[in-house]
Amino acid sequence: MIRLDHVDKQYMDHHALDDINVTFEDNQTTVILGPSGAGKSTLLRSLNLLEQPQSGIYQIGDEKIDFSKELSTKLVLRVRQLTGMVFQSWNLFPHLTIMQNITEGPIYVLKQSKKLAEARALQLLQQVGLEEAKDRYPSQLSGGQQQRISICRALAMDPEYILFDEPTSALDPELEAQVLRVLLDLAKMKQSMVVVTHNIEFARRVADKIVFLENGKIEFDGTVDEFFNHPTDRIHEFLTGMQF
Amino acid sequence: MWHIIVTSTPQIFWAGIKFTIPLAVISFVIGFIIAVGTALVRISTPKGNSVTRSLWRLLKWFLSFYVWLFRSTPLLVQLFIIFFGLPNAGIQFSAFTAGIITFSLNTGAYCSETIRGAISSIPESQWEAAYSIGMTYRQVLFRIIFPQALRVALPPLSNSFIGLVKDTSLASSITILEMFMVSQQITAKNYEPLLMYTIVAVIYALFCSVLTILQHYLEKRTSRYVKVAGE
Repeated sequence: MIRLDHVDKQYMDHHALDDINVTFEDNQTTVILGPSGAGKSTLLRSLNLLEQPQSGIYQIGDEKIDFSKELSTKLVLRVRQLTGMVFQSWNLFPHLTIMQNITEGPIYVLKQSKKLAEARALQLLQQVGLEEAKDRYPSQLSGGQQQRISICRALAMDPEYILFDEPTSALDPELEAQVLRVLLDLAKMKQSMVVVTHNIEFARRVADKIVFLENGKIEFDGTVDEFFNHPTDRIHEFLTGMQF
Repeated sequence: MWHIIVTSTPQIFWAGIKFTIPLAVISFVIGFIIAVGTALVRISTPKGNSVTRSLWRLLKWFLSFYVWLFRSTPLLVQLFIIFFGLPNAGIQFSAFTAGIITFSLNTGAYCSETIRGAISSIPESQWEAAYSIGMTYRQVLFRIIFPQALRVALPPLSNSFIGLVKDTSLASSITILEMFMVSQQITAKNYEPLLMYTIVAVIYALFCSVLTILQHYLEKRTSRYVKVAGE
């Protein structure tokens, strides 16, 4: 389980995260929704420690982190291995082949043998239907394919949680569907996931829990049913605003 | 005329093999190491306690000063200071060593800017993606950033190397018997400056052409992943 207690993050005079208290359960899909600039990505990046909030407690598995203290490199690396990250623009390594992109972490971070890492990578590529792309470079693939590879890259590290930062925002609808299908499969397999998205339909279909963030504050933390069927006025306004 | 060409060309060429090429290659290798170190320090953010941070800032300032100094003064003046000037301060080097030191420091200063720019040109998202899978700073730098930065830096680095090969002719002024000095000595005997200096120019062009071919080969190799994008 991931647990955040009284987490605060401020950029100059902007409160990106304001007293965040939330838990992300194991084997569940939590979807974080909210308007642009609400602090969704900052929250997600804090879980992977790409951002460090100024205060608050972050608990993940057996690790307990006090954000007000300087974090040791060892702890940061450990937490990053526990939380795989999938970015909006996939951020594959352009100079490496697809196979190398996926095996880079397992070989050099987890110190797995090349043979083992490649076997696992092939398995993952088959899972997302891209085994034939293994010797190609990212620039030879479509955005949707690259995003699926970046999911494989995160999965190859066997993380406890996978964090998705608007994984389909940069894709057109057809490619978006390819990626969402992979997320749906992962949800069925009970992979613990935290997904920041603007795709309301995805949230409705896949989420076990929804967190609604606005101005750095959690305005809602509950079930999908509560969120969609008994929304507060503000959430109702947000959902209406998302429709054409 | 043919007799002069046949007898003097091997002498000049041999001086190139014996002095010009080693001077350029050794200086470039050392200069490249200096450049990478300087660039890495200059792009880094000081960490640790206040003493460490202050020392780091001092080192950054010193390296910025070094880069400024060597880019703002003529190479010939630098050669003269190190070979003829430093003995007055009790520091004496052989001509070849003085040449290596000067060319290395000069190359280091110029190339550090090239490398700094190349590293900075790699998007921040590449650092983040590598960090997000638990890679250390060193792993990110050497496995993800450097290979990409090298592709960007290769053309200007090759230019610097080719420039350095030609600049070694300045070493003649501190008594190193490299190609240009040998051609001057032969000219003093046969009074054929046009022929002699043309021969040495052709040999320089030959060396630089080989390097240009090598540069194209390396550019092709390091751009494999970019080239396929256009296919």
